[in-house]
Parts: sequence; structure tokens; C-alpha cells
Amino acid sequence: MTTATPESESPAAPEQNDDVALQVEGFKVYYETPRGTVRAVDDVSFSLKQGERFALVGESGSGKSTLAMGLMRLTRPPGHIAGGRAVLKGQDLISLSDEEMRQVRLRDMALVPQGAMNSLNPVMRVGQQISDGIIDHLPEDEPKPNKAEMRDRVVALLDRVGLQPMVARLFPHELSGGMKQRVAMAIAISLSPSVIIADEPTSALDVIVQRQIMQTLGRLQEGLNASVLLVGHDMGLVAQFADTVGVMYAGKLVEVAPVRTMFKNPLHAYPRLLIESIPTLDEKKRLVGIPGMQPSLLNLPPGDVFAPRSPLKFEPEDALVEPKLVEVEPGHWVQLSRASVEDFDKYAHLVDYG
Amino acid sequence: MEQQDSPPLLELKHVTKIYGGGFLNSENRTVAVNDASFIIQEDQPRIVTIAGESGSGKTTMTRMLLGSVTPTHGEMYYRGKDYRKLNRRERRQFQLEVQPIFQDPFESYNPFYKVDHVLHAPIKNFKLAESKADRDRMVVESLQMVGLQPDETLGRFPHQLSGGQRQRIMVARALLLKPRVILADEPVSMVDASLRATILDSIQNLNRDLGITVIYITHDLTTAFQISDDILIMYRGNVVEYGDVAKVIHNPQHAYTQLLIDSIPQPDPDNRWGEIVRATGTEMVGTGRQTDIFGIDAEGERSYEEVEPNHFVLRGGIEMDDRRAGEHTPAEPLQPDSMNPVSNPSLLR
Repeated sequence: MTTATPESESPAAPEQNDDVALQVEGFKVYYETPRGTVRAVDDVSFSLKQGERFALVGESGSGKSTLAMGLMRLTRPPGHIAGGRAVLKGQDLISLSDEEMRQVRLRDMALVPQGAMNSLNPVMRVGQQISDGIIDHLPEDEPKPNKAEMRDRVVALLDRVGLQPMVARLFPHELSGGMKQRVAMAIAISLSPSVIIADEPTSALDVIVQRQIMQTLGRLQEGLNASVLLVGHDMGLVAQFADTVGVMYAGKLVEVAPVRTMFKNPLHAYPRLLIESIPTLDEKKRLVGIPGMQPSLLNLPPGDVFAPRSPLKFEPEDALVEPKLVEVEPGHWVQLSRASVEDFDKYAHLVDYG
Repeated sequence: MEQQDSPPLLELKHVTKIYGGGFLNSENRTVAVNDASFIIQEDQPRIVTIAGESGSGKTTMTRMLLGSVTPTHGEMYYRGKDYRKLNRRERRQFQLEVQPIFQDPFESYNPFYKVDHVLHAPIKNFKLAESKADRDRMVVESLQMVGLQPDETLGRFPHQLSGGQRQRIMVARALLLKPRVILADEPVSMVDASLRATILDSIQNLNRDLGITVIYITHDLTTAFQISDDILIMYRGNVVEYGDVAKVIHNPQHAYTQLLIDSIPQPDPDNRWGEIVRATGTEMVGTGRQTDIFGIDAEGERSYEEVEPNHFVLRGGIEMDDRRAGEHTPAEPLQPDSMNPVSNPSLLR
């Protein structure tokens, strides 16, 4: 990596790590509205290692999809990237021109969109859509494949996602939801990107098809040694798929941890409640939600925004301290706040809140 | 026929619904529901789940129960009366006693009316209130029954309420009619996990406190297990397994039920999915073609085996799996061939 990031106070600051595929620092996506600024993603930092499956989870409105779209530089007005860096292969994606970014997409970083049904062109055959992507994003120094080579390439891609060659001749409406999602995955891996962003890739699918799609995505990721950023809200799916989990709340990451740590020993009250509220098939218990609602992201007050929903006992002034995301043990980051972290005292020495 | 003391509230006898088909058009026949029978007793208010994936026939089943779709074969009875032979008064009573709650509460609202409107409309239509004061008292009572504060909800427009509040207002609306049965069709599939619990909890309270039978239609076995007493698992129009929910979920007998339960993503990183062994036929080219990897006849009468008290499984089809679907030796993850009409002639049937 060529871009050094010295004295950056961002928590996931890199140590010139070669195995980091995507380094996100202080990333901000804001929406300007007549009533003020909506801080949909506010100062988010994390690193995605090569070959890692990183899941971003949170309730709807937590900013997880906005963050994923922001990293692809697909944020639409009135939203805009208000700051931060996203370093991929030594270049900061935020500083690239639109044309340079277009070159990065698909080749270095690809998106498996939410609901592939709406992202495929309804009047174009599947094979054509796959080859168009390849031609549009192929590096200039690589020769354009001829017709026969392209056909082989399309067939090979379809095969890798578990589809038959005949699918190339079909139109999207002739495919089931699961098959469309497979086509979207074939497009995403067509140029062997190092980072795949999968935004709720199975949200509209049946549970058995969902399992097949996630297992296919896992195999593709392993085959390419790519990194996957999985965006979702289904904690079960995350437990099945991810190596690392980042939980977002109101535009910020509140905890990042290896998947086992996150499910067995989360430190922040929000992921803890989120995991406790998942119904299971083991025993019947009274269903409990998380009381309260996510705050409006418009003109958020300073301090710990989760405090109003926190079940912990704390002094009112504890909630006013702006919490910092701190590495409490290797690979485990927590937004330390007296109001939301039960074991705060254990880690109090890591922060200077006065 | 013998006169019974109190006929069941709802009864389905060998009900089948076939779409399309007909003379000269046998290719497009779709058997949406095949030979389904069950009984809802009034004196045992239970929560019954009809579970299935898309294409399982659960929506058709719901519509038949509501009387909006007529079965092709078989009989349906409401309080012992044939659905098709209800007179005007009986029909009105049916509409009061059997209440649906739908998937997307936002679609059930007119955005230009305050939410009060959806609550006042049924009172007016069914002439339930004697006066305005009477009406307002009923509205407040039913809102409180689903855990809503009347002063926080009345007088607002739909967009000013949260998804959970909107869905609970639909439950409150159903309650105004003092129903005996509530059909809840995927009532929580559009809301966040944290709200899901609140809505399901209020539905459970209706059953417990008011003795209302709830028919919960869903694809989500986890919430079904949590709230219901009985479950019917549907697969491509067939009830493949039914009975006590804990027995069906913890000791599934049909290969499809086993695969379905095995595919639920458990929130436990140490208990991950095994590789899947067979395609389920849910991923197909086009629509209308019926294939069935579980070897179930598309049509014909069904017979069930009672494997333990109140736990029934469809006989026939492939051999029952004694191993759980996920624990098979790794094999082809998906058989693309099963989707190919050429190599799989059953697709062309």
C-alpha cells in the first residue's frame, strides 16, 4: 500500500498491512435536506482483509446499505460522500475521477445488488448482459475477446454459479428469483474482483434457495480469494457466513468482532440485545424486541445515541460523552460508552473521557 | 347426516384448487392446493401455522379460507354450513367472525386519510356502534388491546406512524369486529426484527386473552415455532407434514421438512449449514411446470401416517430420510440438470 496513514486517529488505522484488501477510514455519507443534514453514515472506519467475509448488520436505517453504496461511489443526490477514505489496492477510491472509478467497478470491486430482479435489463438476454459487463470494464491492455472466446467465458461463469449454458439465451423474466441472483453473481465475478460487496443478496428468496445462494457465494469467494462485504439484517445468515461482524447503529459502527466473539460475548448493549432477541428453534420463550426506536438521523444530538434504549443504569452525563470506537482486544472494536457498555470500567483506561 | 351439537367453526374436506388447465389446455394446469383437510374448533382456540415457501399454496389456502377463492374440488364449511350456500345473514356473520390481516400494512391505508378512518370504516359498515361516543370507546378499547396508546395514534396520518404501529392498528381494526378467527398472512415479513417480536406478542395475546383462533401464514418456521400450537408444512400444494409444532420442528419426518428446517440460518457460528444434497425444484425455468424431487404425485388423494400422537406425515413419495438433510456426505450442491427440461422429462409433463 502506498498511501501512508500516520497519526490518523481512526480506530482501524492500518499498519501498512499487505493483507488488507479495503481500508475504510472516517467514511461519511450525508444527505442534505431542507430540514438539515442527515448523517446516514458518520465517521465509519474498518478494514477488510484479503479473503475475509465481513458482515455489516443493523436495523433498516442504520446506514449499512448507504455505506456499501458509498464505497461503490453509487451514492445518489441529495446524498454525497462528505469525507473519509476508502483505500483499495493503494488508491483512495474517493479521490478518483468518475471514469477511473468506473474502471475500478467490476474489475477490482463488484456489487451483488439487493433484489437482482430489478438490476438486470429485462429486454436483454442473460449472456449478453454478462458479456457487456466484461467488455465495458476490461482493462485497456487486455485484448477484447472474440465471439467464441466470449461465449466460452460466459458459459464458464454460468457454470461457476451453478447455472446451465442454456441460461445464457434466456431473458430475466424466464428465471426464478434464485437464478437471477446467480446471474448477478456471475456478472459480479466476471473480472475476478478482489472485493465483492453483497447488499442483502438473498432478501427476497426462500430459505432453501437462500442457503444455496449463500453457499455459492462462499465458494466463489474462496475460489477467487476475494473479500466479501455482506450487508444484511439477518443475524442468522451472518452467523452462517461471516468471519467478522460489524454492527451499525444510527450511522456508526458500535462493535466489530470476529463472528464467534460477536455472538458469544458482545460487549456493547445494542448487539447484545440484537442477538438476544433472535427467536430460535430450541425452546419457546416470550418474544422480546428492543424497546424504543432508532433516533432520527437528522440533527442527531451529540453523545451516545444508543443511550435512550440502553438497559444499563448510568448517569445522565455519561450519555453526553461522544463515544469512541476502541480496540479492546486484537480484532475486537467497541464503541466505548458508560451508558451502553456494561464492562466499561474494565476498558476505561483505553479512553480519555475526562 | 347426523345433527351435531356444535359444528366446527371452519372445516375443510379434501379441498383442491387447480388453476388454468381446462379443456384443450392441460399444459398450464397448476395444482395450487391438493387434497387438504383440516378443522378449526371454536372451543379450542389455538394458533395454527400454515408454513411454506413461495409456490407452496399457502396463499391460495388463505384465500379459500376467506372465501375469496372457490375450491375446484372438496368442501368447505363454516359453522357446519357449506361456504357456497351461506345466506345473506350468515355471510355477514362470516365476514365479522373471520378477519384477515395482511402482509404490508402500508398498502392497507389510504395515505390521505387519518388512521382513524380505517378504524371507523368497519364500525360504520357493519353498524356496530349506536353513537359517536360508543364508536370512540370501541376504537380506544381495541387500540389498548394491541398495546397502543390512543393519544399517540389517533389523529395521525399513516406515514407518521412506525411500521409496527401501522401493523398493530390493522390488528386493532380486526378486533373491532369481535372475530373468532384471525388469518394473519405474513404479518411481520415487512418489519424489522425488533418490531416483529412486539407484533407477534400482540397476536399471541389475542389468542390467550380473547380466545381467538389465529391462523398464521408464514414462510418463517422460527416465529411459527415460537408462537403457534400446531403447524402444517406445505410443499407445492401438498400438506406434507402436520401436527404439534414442537414435534414437527424437533422431529421432522418428511424429507422436505427436514431440508427446510436444516436450511434455516441458525444464529450460531459453530452450527453452520452442511452442503446441500438435492435441489428442491424451487428453482426452475419459467413457471407452471411441475416437477417434484420428493416424488409426490401432483394429484390424487393423500394419506397420512401418525408417527406419534398429533404428528402426521404424508405417505408415499421418496423414502423417509432417517438422516438429516444437512448431514449427508458432500455432493453436488445444486443439480442444474434438474432444471433442464431436456434431461428431466418430468418438467415437460
